[in-house]
Amino acid sequence: MGFLDRDHTIAPPGFNRWLVPPAALAVHLCIGQAYATSVYKTALVKHFGASLTEIGVIFSIAIVMLGLSAAVMGTWVDRNGPRKAMFTSAMFWVGGFLIGSLGIFTRQLWLVYLGYGVVGGIGLGIGYISPVSTLIKWFPDRPGLATGMAIMGFGGGALIASPVSQALLKAYDPNSGAQGWVASGDAVGKLFLTLAVVYLVYMLFGAFTIKVPADGWRPAGFDPAKVKAAKLVTTENVSAKNAIKTRQFWLVWVALFCNVTAGIGILEQAAPMIQDFFRQTDGKSLVSAGVAAGFVGLLSIGNMAGRFAWSATSDLTGRKRIYMVYLGVGAVLYTILALAGSSTTILYVALAFVIISFYGGGFATVPAYLRDLFGTFQVGAIHGRLLTAWSAAGVAGPLIVNAFLDAQGKPGQLNAASYQPALLTMVALLVVGFVANLLVKPVDARFHEPRTDARHEPAMEA
Amino acid sequence: MNTVPHNGQHATVNTAPGKLAVGWALVGVPLAYGVYETLTRVAALFG
Repeated sequence: MGFLDRDHTIAPPGFNRWLVPPAALAVHLCIGQAYATSVYKTALVKHFGASLTEIGVIFSIAIVMLGLSAAVMGTWVDRNGPRKAMFTSAMFWVGGFLIGSLGIFTRQLWLVYLGYGVVGGIGLGIGYISPVSTLIKWFPDRPGLATGMAIMGFGGGALIASPVSQALLKAYDPNSGAQGWVASGDAVGKLFLTLAVVYLVYMLFGAFTIKVPADGWRPAGFDPAKVKAAKLVTTENVSAKNAIKTRQFWLVWVALFCNVTAGIGILEQAAPMIQDFFRQTDGKSLVSAGVAAGFVGLLSIGNMAGRFAWSATSDLTGRKRIYMVYLGVGAVLYTILALAGSSTTILYVALAFVIISFYGGGFATVPAYLRDLFGTFQVGAIHGRLLTAWSAAGVAGPLIVNAFLDAQGKPGQLNAASYQPALLTMVALLVVGFVANLLVKPVDARFHEPRTDARHEPAMEA
Repeated sequence: MNTVPHNGQHATVNTAPGKLAVGWALVGVPLAYGVYETLTRVAALFG
């Protein structure tokens, strides 16, 4: 398997760096399927005779494994390079679908937990971080744009997987035309097998297309001296082991955690929330289920677009400033949403769209923020460790929202006022994140790696 | 943007524009399809 080694992926002179983003996107578009699990959730509930919570656990395990594997495997990914990491990610992600389909066909839910949740979740974590440090090295002049392009794919993956999965479930189930149809377990099993094959092809395309730049490479016309001029952008390097000992790492961790928690608060409740906000005194909502589904789709686009647009913008504004926008402007928008969001649907939709674009932007900008603070040496491993903030927010966000809503009443009886305590709690969280981001300063020199050459780059890891 | 030449042991290989186009099409076409499908659902919001 030597062909997967980093040494075999060094780009020859003349290699066009714009081939790297599609390679990264190929992996992120595949693993982004994780956000399209709602398509077959009801079918699995019926097939296994399980509760919604028991089926929801599949997704929860996968996201927890994402954070854990990214944190644990980050150093391995940096050391072995993107090709081996993407290949490994593909094996786990596809293996997860295969084991999961076996669980569905044999009606053993634990196999789905093990397959899609544990094995697939490891593929998610490795796949998510695998192209990040490579992109940063190929685009030292536009790191935000580069990571934004890749991480946009994680948001876009669900946009593709959702309609494709619906179409395949209909094709695989002979009863798909029946009224009140719910896809059979057999159809979901076949869907898993199909996705496994397609994702294998795409992820291997990514793995065998990606290349790392040679030592000392830089883009034509790029002047590192200009980057050096920015106060928060270092030319030094900090190892992953040392990075987690710095105050900066934990301040960015808190900022990301607060931003993600606030975003998940809306995303988790998106469809019922818009209906509740416009519930009339007779208990009926002005917003139909179909319109609410459209709203969820709009948020998906906001999430994806924010990842690209805001991250690319951060190359011009600087990372700290753009995070001030995500958290500061986000807090103001959240407050308006809580206090005046029910006045018109246009205002509500516009506010939610921008808030979710900030949520996506936070994810996509953070690798470049880490590069600015800790250098490129082990930025993938540091990013992996930072993603534990995502796992924590994935638990905290829904817990906060659901706990407040449970105290306000039952689903179907809630209105805009019922959401105020939860939303204002999110505002407080965003303020905490804003302050944490404000406190970020350059990393102390005692954490820097010893310089090994004139370019201040220690042993190159991709 | 092509890369600045360096002193590595590899021969110079200029990436063919066709390869670049195929690479972007492989990811761009499904993504465009996904966005289009989502926008058709979003239309209900403004309909």
